[in-house]
Amino acid sequence: MSGWPAPRRRTSLSNHHTVSASTTAPGAPEVYFDPVRQAQRRKRARRDALVGMASLLGFVAVVGFAISRTSGWPLVQETFFNGTEFLATFPGLLDAFLLNVRIFLIAEPLILLIGLLVALSRDLRSPLLLPLRVLATLYVDIFRGLPTILVIFLLGFGVPALQLQGVPNNAVFWGTTALVLSYGAYVAEVFRAGIGSVHTSQRMAARSLGLTSLQTSRYVVLPQAVRNVVPPLLNDFISLQKDTALVSVLGPIEVLRQAQIDASSTFNYTAYVGAALIFIALTIPMTRFADWVQARMRKRRTMAGTA
Amino acid sequence: MTNTLLEISGVWKAFEGHSVLRGLDLRVAPHEAVVLIGASGSGKSTLLRCVNGLETVDAGLILLDGDLDVTDFYTDMDAVRRRIGIVFQSYNLFPHMSVLDNVTLSPCKVLKRSVSDSRDQAMALLQRFGLAAKADEYPDRLSGGQAQRVAIVRALAMEPELMLFDEITSALDPLLVGEVLDTVRELKMGGLTLLMATHEMGFAREVADRVCFLDAGVVLEQGTPEEVFGSPREAKTGEFLSRMLK
Repeated sequence: MSGWPAPRRRTSLSNHHTVSASTTAPGAPEVYFDPVRQAQRRKRARRDALVGMASLLGFVAVVGFAISRTSGWPLVQETFFNGTEFLATFPGLLDAFLLNVRIFLIAEPLILLIGLLVALSRDLRSPLLLPLRVLATLYVDIFRGLPTILVIFLLGFGVPALQLQGVPNNAVFWGTTALVLSYGAYVAEVFRAGIGSVHTSQRMAARSLGLTSLQTSRYVVLPQAVRNVVPPLLNDFISLQKDTALVSVLGPIEVLRQAQIDASSTFNYTAYVGAALIFIALTIPMTRFADWVQARMRKRRTMAGTA
Repeated sequence: MTNTLLEISGVWKAFEGHSVLRGLDLRVAPHEAVVLIGASGSGKSTLLRCVNGLETVDAGLILLDGDLDVTDFYTDMDAVRRRIGIVFQSYNLFPHMSVLDNVTLSPCKVLKRSVSDSRDQAMALLQRFGLAAKADEYPDRLSGGQAQRVAIVRALAMEPELMLFDEITSALDPLLVGEVLDTVRELKMGGLTLLMATHEMGFAREVADRVCFLDAGVVLEQGTPEEVFGSPREAKTGEFLSRMLK
């Protein structure tokens, strides 16, 4: 059953709307939408929205009901979704989260810088700079292969144990350094892929205009490469936001550590849920932003394709 | 002033064991418009790329203005490319820059001209070729013909002694070929030395001072358009032309 009125015949339509048949006729509209077809589309869109909403609400109701009827639910609710516990711990968690934000804000620019420098070093052709190229390749090979948490352990516990003069002993410092080294290797590869994505004809055109190899990279290749890798870089940002929690293994009281302390003092896990909510509150907008940037770039590309 | 601006002698170039150029000789006089014709794979594009050093040659000499050897291992290729302009089939405009920035980039960075001087010069050139209204547009907003004309202007802004055109109309909608060819006509009137590869036989006939038919990596036949198109000496030339003009 379609439930739709049969589309009206064009003949009946033409009684209401006399439209000059030829677009070349003087006074012909720039754009013209058939009002009947438009009304049909609007009606369909409204129906789709309603059905979608109803379906979603029904699904949530059924699942919610089913979960609340399980025998373990009261205990789960008490342990994970305890209101008083939440109110008691949440302000402390927010406070601790500021450390995560600080780690992120310090690490991210350093990661971008290291990533870009390493990516450029790996594509150097000068024989004099071979050591730099080898070093950059080794760095990426090693740090991309190591679990981030292992790097944090190695640096955070290992380096202070050396008791070197003038080397900071601070857990946050080494935790952040480990994140920077680990993510720097990933971001370097992202940049390198971006550089590779710029067609060789661009480099050729630039060189044919007399630009040196360095000028070509600086003015022609890099700006395009960076633009191409914005979406994957945002993705890595999101990942880094979460991984700031790994620094907790070294002891500094950031949000996960704080939640752990709360949970172990009351044997209630609501603080963990609180910490989770804080992370999600930050990463979801970031994810949407990344999606939006990606969609916008795709749109621009297709526009360029049809031009 | 020598009567040869570009002298190509005995140039060989192979790709993966297959020779594209086989001891090719060619001279271009100042202010001359030389058109290269020939089947795909006859070496037209390769020759043009060798002339401004985008490809290295395996053997032979390419002399610019009688003294600068393009093929010399120790020649500063950036210096050569400052004096030779090239425009490609696929425009290759820089998509992240406006039309004006595309044109001023190398005068600013290579010739070290001031930004305002470069802009004035670029605007004058864009004006001359009817592109002034497009100065602030980005390449993705241009038609193919406009994009190709901007590419020509970009090369002209370096004030080259010699301009190379590598099948600059091949990627264009037939309706847009005309405006690009008009631009080339104007350049010829202005006395710029031109070396171009093309498949537009009618245009070659009209604009060329000399037509060279490339076959199997050498110039098999050359002469005025009347000679080559009117009464080709070589059977292969006639064969090619009859196929192209059909």
